[in-house]
Amino acid sequence: MHELGVVTHVIRTLEEVAQENDVTKIGSVTLTVGEVSGIVTEQIIDCWNWFKKKTPLVCEAELKIEPVPAVTWCTACEQTYETVKYGKTCPHCGSKETYLLQGSEFAIKEIEAE
Amino acid sequence: MAAFETIDVRVGLEEENEKYAAQVRELCAGEGIFLINLMASPGAGKTTVLCRIIDALKEEFSIGVMEADVDADVDAVTVSERGARAVQLHTGGSCHMDGRMTLEGLAHLGPDYPQVVVLENVGNLVCPAEFDVGSNLKLMILSVPEGDDKPLKYPLMFTVSECLLVNKIDTAQIFDFDLEKCRANLKPINPQMPVFPVSGKTGEGMEPFIAWLKERIHESH
Repeated sequence: MHELGVVTHVIRTLEEVAQENDVTKIGSVTLTVGEVSGIVTEQIIDCWNWFKKKTPLVCEAELKIEPVPAVTWCTACEQTYETVKYGKTCPHCGSKETYLLQGSEFAIKEIEAE
Repeated sequence: MAAFETIDVRVGLEEENEKYAAQVRELCAGEGIFLINLMASPGAGKTTVLCRIIDALKEEFSIGVMEADVDADVDAVTVSERGARAVQLHTGGSCHMDGRMTLEGLAHLGPDYPQVVVLENVGNLVCPAEFDVGSNLKLMILSVPEGDDKPLKYPLMFTVSECLLVNKIDTAQIFDFDLEKCRANLKPINPQMPVFPVSGKTGEGMEPFIAWLKERIHESH
């Protein structure tokens, strides 16, 4: 829902990183997007394609997205399971004493720079 | 791509927001501001409840309000008539307030900062939950017409919130709203959260909430 804001955030961060590293042109940007981060990949791509044209630093940059599957840990039976399929209830033992191990992240992993 | 060097960035969106949220916290601690992040759906009664809060606190504290909306300034006008210092923030289409926007908004209330500042977030049960603005209290309103099943549908909002007002409680019968069912839906997500049934319109139930809130404010000041 807030993908446009997220993309402006990303581009602002890239501008800071570019300045710190004396980079004037970025060739590619890799984002890691967790399965339950609330970020819709297709919308990120649309917003990116719209916004990159307005930003000289990234106007030719390729956007790469690395999805991160959501995994939950059950503290009762000490096993992991797929979050999206089973939610908060462990499919192995039925416990609700569970927490998300990974899948909520949204991060700029790396950039390729000239 | 041979001409390109790879730079490891590893900046999470949350870390970027957290930087600003930390600055908000620092400002609030330094200036003695108690910042409330008020979140709810559009039409849940945020402004009406806020006017009740202003009425109840204004004898004791100076109050500021940051109205965050995609557009318009109707809410800022309403709360300033009530005796609070109000600033209207336009999020420029964004569906939530983040740390940076909050920091900028607070600057408009300085240098003589109010003791209590309420950020009336954009009406939305999804995005505001994901962005910490550095507040002392995340206060949520669920209104009766929205239904007692909302904790199941918007778990993150109900997880991050620290106090829930169930507003428009005077209409519970009309809308078949079951407060006990609502509490039961809330229990697995946020068992500790205090729940206050209130009516912004009639003022019903506001007293215990205000007493609780005052205690929180005094603890932080």
